[in-house]
Amino acid sequence: MRITLLSGFTATAFILAMAACGGGSTNDGPPGAKSTPPGAAAAETKAPSGLITAADITLGDIDAKMVDSGKGIYELKCQACHSLGANRVVGPGWKGVTERRAPEWIMNMMLTPDIMLDSDPEAQKQLEECLVRMPNQSLSKADGRNVLEFMRTL
Amino acid sequence: MKRPLAYSGLGLAAIAGTFLLMNTLPGCRPSTNTATAVTGDAASKVYVKPGEHDEFYNFVSGGFSGQMAVYGLPSGRLLREIPVFSVDPESGYGYSEETKGMLTTTHGFIPWDDSHHAELSQTDGVPDGKWCFINGNNTPRIALIDLGTFRTHSIIEIPNSAGNHSSPFTTGNSEYVVAGTRFSIPMGSDAERDVPIKTYKENFKGTVSFIHPEPETGKMSIAFQIATPGVNFDLSHAGKGPSEGWFFFSCYNTEQAYSLMEVNSSQRDKDFIMAVNWKLAEQLAKDGKGKRVPGKHHSNWWNHHTHSTETTVYEDVLQLDPKDHPGLVYFMPCPKSPHGCDVDPTGKYIVGSGKLAALIPVFSFEKIQAAIAANDVEGDYAGIPVLKYESVLHGEVKKPGLGPLHTEFDANGNAYTSFFVSSEIVKWNVEKLEVVDRVPTYYSIGHLTVPGGDSKKPWGKYVIAYNKITKDRYLPTGPELSQSAQLYSIDGDKMELLLDFPTTGEPHYAQAIPAELVKPREVKFFKIEENKHPYVAKGEKETKVERKGKEVHVWMTTIRSHFAPDNIEGVKLGDEVYFHVTNLEQDWDVPHGFAVKGAQNAELLIMPGETQTLKWVPTKVGVVPFYCTDFCSALHQEMQGYIRVSPANSNVPLTGYTVSVDAEM
Ligand code: HEC
Ligand SMILES: [Cu+2]
Repeated sequence: MRITLLSGFTATAFILAMAACGGGSTNDGPPGAKSTPPGAAAAETKAPSGLITAADITLGDIDAKMVDSGKGIYELKCQACHSLGANRVVGPGWKGVTERRAPEWIMNMMLTPDIMLDSDPEAQKQLEECLVRMPNQSLSKADGRNVLEFMRTL
Repeated sequence: MKRPLAYSGLGLAAIAGTFLLMNTLPGCRPSTNTATAVTGDAASKVYVKPGEHDEFYNFVSGGFSGQMAVYGLPSGRLLREIPVFSVDPESGYGYSEETKGMLTTTHGFIPWDDSHHAELSQTDGVPDGKWCFINGNNTPRIALIDLGTFRTHSIIEIPNSAGNHSSPFTTGNSEYVVAGTRFSIPMGSDAERDVPIKTYKENFKGTVSFIHPEPETGKMSIAFQIATPGVNFDLSHAGKGPSEGWFFFSCYNTEQAYSLMEVNSSQRDKDFIMAVNWKLAEQLAKDGKGKRVPGKHHSNWWNHHTHSTETTVYEDVLQLDPKDHPGLVYFMPCPKSPHGCDVDPTGKYIVGSGKLAALIPVFSFEKIQAAIAANDVEGDYAGIPVLKYESVLHGEVKKPGLGPLHTEFDANGNAYTSFFVSSEIVKWNVEKLEVVDRVPTYYSIGHLTVPGGDSKKPWGKYVIAYNKITKDRYLPTGPELSQSAQLYSIDGDKMELLLDFPTTGEPHYAQAIPAELVKPREVKFFKIEENKHPYVAKGEKETKVERKGKEVHVWMTTIRSHFAPDNIEGVKLGDEVYFHVTNLEQDWDVPHGFAVKGAQNAELLIMPGETQTLKWVPTKVGVVPFYCTDFCSALHQEMQGYIRVSPANSNVPLTGYTVSVDAEM
């Protein structure tokens, strides 16, 4: 493949900081945390179209069937890059991800990573550390929701 | 996508010509000074801005490359070279365990062919953007390319044929594509085939086959084959409109010569165009009137779900003998070794191009029908009625040029004929048979293409010349030069040269279609959920290594940017290792490559969601690296692994693993 065909790739600075690519930055509180999610706020005011907003998601009690389906999708499409622990493989480990990130931010990262990596500062910060673009693994909205449910159990 | 596609179109500045070379070129007589052949605003007419798309796809046969190339028009940019009849180490086509089957025939594995004519599938007589067919000339075959994937999707071998030149032209709804044998041969049992060559007249026969592609699957099978006298079939085209239901084949060597053909098959004033009533043939076949005759052949089909070839072997073929079925086949005399055999958009006229003739005969379908009804024949040829030339003729284009080869049409009643010897395209009016314009080509044009130019509704706009000789058109590259195509505008009254662009292999026939008819069907990746490959690993959890006797099977996955497993031990000299590599990516344009040191075949290039297998037979003890060849991410250079090979008698246990971060920390 020709790397220039990947939209936005060349726009991203290649910062050669080989910092551990952890689960988001750890300074001043959890970025994109549930109470005041910066991602979500942005989504309401000037989010590129196609992004999911907080209003699109309702979280209830953990649904075991959805968790099961989410786990299956994880093993097929995500496990190669994400561990369920705290450590990074290619992308951040998923332990505690739902504590660090707002649900709609996670959904957007799963469903439309290209939009996120081109527009969301938090996603861009991760890319600067990981240097691999989170791929679009062609999840449906329902797939994404099931993976989110699975993440809630980690 | 990947690999530098070297040919870009804008060679306009390089048109300054030298005539020195041209004077030494026999039969090449450019009639205009090249320096003045291009007008001022040609550049703007072919300029496609960076990031914008061309208006047309141009599917171009690769000739002796055996492949098919795809260019964008008007820019002339090479978009893709599709492996068809020849192996392609770059993609692993013909090398991977799954794709080898596409090239198997009754002669075994055939790694090369000579591909001549690209023909798009049609609906209601108009190209529909679903498939593109192409013929293999040398070991007779037809391939179907799926325009959703731009991949060879099925290949059928043609039995009782030798030199599949008159092929693969389609009927108006792609009910059939045809295959007429170029060389006649003795057929039948071993004893019937083992005959002296000089018994050509008694023993050599021809065939034309009608191949049916299944609309849903693209699987091909031979519906019926028509036995013919021993002549050479050259080109063909289906009737349309009033002539729908008929097929026309040009044939030469009605002298039935078998040596020094150049002289001996050019003796008669006229050869033939053969008219076949295929609707009648279809009915006869349906009514059980044909005979099953020996004709073993392979039909190879690519299964998108198992990512593997499925081969069906047929033992025989249904044959119809025109001698048993009056009304099935007629001959029409056509001057001097006809090559092109082209039907105009109205379906009323059939143009024969006698390559040694100084005129172009145009036949009238209405008159052909009248002559048949009135039994207006001048005799028979090997039992097949020969209609009277004057009775079926609409008229002749007199002195159009030298060496007419092929004709395409626009939607305004004009024909465009290529002239090899006088090196030009001549535009003429089909009804009036009058020449209206001519332009030189550089040099010695063979085929030509107008978008939709052999269909009911030509899109027109351009004519593209595919030239046989390049000489000084580009920077010299030693004795071997790329072939040269030229794009002309046909919007105005005068044809206007816009662009030269080099082509791969040797293009013969080509077709062009508006991009909008193809783009919406594009497949961007294969859905991993639908992958039914027997060795798929659906996620790293399913990766493993297993021994079956001397065979070691590795279920491997790829993702940006690592393999799993990437450490393999326990392989011994004498083992055959099968790497079954599944690409877990689910996004467009993220293939991974797989190359292992000492592989005697090729690499694999695995598309997202696909599984492909490389067989590797280690020859030395040691630790051998494998790596990804396709730059896939910033950490592509880290995408590698090791496989340890031990002596035959070692007892290193077989394992495959990746060392996880969690485990190490
Ligand atoms: C090719 C490796 C790869 C695969 C496969 C992959 N990801 Fe990622 N993912 C990343 C990387 C790398 C990042 C960090 C952002 C970046 O660099 O683009 C990331 C970030 C994320 C984040 C944000 C994590 C955080 O802590 O903030 C989520 C959520 C996520 N991925 C979900 C998924 C899901 C769901 C799948 C499977 C459908 C998946 N990823 C598959 C590489 C991958
Ligand atoms: Cu790679």
